[in-house]
Amino acid sequence: MNSTPPVFMLHWRGRVYGIIGLIILLAVVVAFATTVGSVSIPFLTIYGILFSKLPLIEIAPQWTSTLETIVIDIRLPRIILAGLVGGALAAAGATYQGLFRNPLADPYLIGVAQGAALGAVIGFLLPPGWHEVRFGIIPLLAFTGALLSTAVVYMLARVGKTLPVTTLILAGVALGALLASIVSYLIISSGEKIHGIMFWLMGSFSLSQWSEAIIVLPYVLVGLLVLLLYARSLNLMQLDEEQAQQLGINVERLKLILLGAATLITAAAVSFVGIIGFVGIIIPHAVRLLWGADHRFLLPLSILTGAIFLILADVVARTVLAPTEIPIGVITALFGAPFFLYLLRRRKRVIF
Amino acid sequence: MISIEMHNVSLGYGGKAVLMDIDLRVRPGEMVGLIGPNGCGKSTIIRAFSRIISPFSGRILVDGRDITKLARQKMARLIGVVPQLPILPSAFTAFEIVLMGRNPHLGFLQYEGPKEIGIAWEAMARTGTQSLAERRVSELSGGEIQGLLIARVLAQETEAILLDEPTANLDIGRQIEILDLIGKLCSQDNLAVLAALHDLNLAAQYCDRLVLLHQGRVYAEGSPWEVITSGNIAEVYGAESCVYSHPVNGLPCVLLQAGNGRLPGRIDTHKKGFNAG
Repeated sequence: MNSTPPVFMLHWRGRVYGIIGLIILLAVVVAFATTVGSVSIPFLTIYGILFSKLPLIEIAPQWTSTLETIVIDIRLPRIILAGLVGGALAAAGATYQGLFRNPLADPYLIGVAQGAALGAVIGFLLPPGWHEVRFGIIPLLAFTGALLSTAVVYMLARVGKTLPVTTLILAGVALGALLASIVSYLIISSGEKIHGIMFWLMGSFSLSQWSEAIIVLPYVLVGLLVLLLYARSLNLMQLDEEQAQQLGINVERLKLILLGAATLITAAAVSFVGIIGFVGIIIPHAVRLLWGADHRFLLPLSILTGAIFLILADVVARTVLAPTEIPIGVITALFGAPFFLYLLRRRKRVIF
Repeated sequence: MISIEMHNVSLGYGGKAVLMDIDLRVRPGEMVGLIGPNGCGKSTIIRAFSRIISPFSGRILVDGRDITKLARQKMARLIGVVPQLPILPSAFTAFEIVLMGRNPHLGFLQYEGPKEIGIAWEAMARTGTQSLAERRVSELSGGEIQGLLIARVLAQETEAILLDEPTANLDIGRQIEILDLIGKLCSQDNLAVLAALHDLNLAAQYCDRLVLLHQGRVYAEGSPWEVITSGNIAEVYGAESCVYSHPVNGLPCVLLQAGNGRLPGRIDTHKKGFNAG
């Protein structure tokens, strides 16, 4: 009998290379995305500007200060926000899919999106005086709406001391439908504000600034860290809940922690940029196809892939019809769906 | 070495009791078989011992401690369970499933190192499942999956093992193989083993003691000869049978007897054939 432990069987090496490769790719994509726009800036200049901002590095500026402003104050915050949101949505999607053991799950399944949408639409309809709050009333209301609706779903779905996943999904879908109908009604009666609302609902990074990226950052980082810490437990949740408990997982506590973290990062992500669809459902599946279902790798790989994907999608959104911007939700589905279908046909094996 | 015990336990679902006043004890090195008709509560007892359901009344002890006081992870280091027809994630490989058995031994930030991988690999060797290691669960047969679950519980290195119909999906060769292995572990490592078994002959062959459940209570308990009697079988299962002594090891074996509707013509044919031969 072969007594050599088959470390190779875990396929960890390929997945680690995948993570390293994607980190490098992300750096290249960030730089590339910075070059593209109404003023095109060469690659080397971009790296010069970016590196000159790092501490301890002295590079004599060979570029105008206007160029520096465009890169640092206009393009970079938008790219970073797109990366954060893409990573957050992909990780939240992977978590929800794993937690619910349902390949159709996405970050918006249990009412986050509808709650955020209702909050945002109320924000749009408030009289102008309300909009003088710092950072804007719309993100604030969207964030609150997202968290509130999830909290309500959570309370509705509890049965005694447990939180059955099916009940949670059903409660989420039902409350989501209720909120969506209210949103629709408000949109119809919103008059000339309808354009702004529709644009927000489909998602856009057009108003991104540093201040926003910096608000979103801590929520996303903390949430992602929690998800990554519980990745091994999430693997065991892929068995049924009974087996997970018999293998030492405190299932109810785990559900609470993962739902909390995934909801928090989703709420933070959508509150500034709107309901960006598709990233949260497709990126985790694409990663599963390429690198397998182990959540300890699925989560970091999804974060990186989601970030890269959304940064590139935003580049397309702001350049194709420039100076008009296309809602990013249109781009994510338009380019993401065919690519995903290609992957699906190429690898004909069970992925979930 | 640990014992697992139930004292005066009543169990059920949604306020309705399925089992009442159950007293049960499995000592180290002992293999106890739970037998009884469909729906008599065999799986319920196993689920209660692994704290999937909590008893309406009574106490369940593991190693002398009330299980409600034990953390999940601690429990999973003491008691391993082989569930019946479990859900397994089809995208994971067989080896990854077995490796999950190591979870209770890993710290919060720990990944499986060479030690864990070695233990899981060894467990697969003992259950003859090494050749499946790289296959995905969706490609495996029911019998192969049963072997994996046994490997997983071995990798878990617990001191008590609960098995819910471990042989239900297996051909007779594999049934003997798996129960031989469990029996060997039980006596070598002094494990406390509780197995819900459908097959009375296997139960009689392998278990030191049998517990026969009927109508929510322990109907009979004791050595195979004390529990497997025509009278008990007729009463509990409502089936006619003959109990014989096994020609090699002297343990009871059950021969079933077809009901009246099926008999006259066929018996004649068989007898004729026998006479002619």
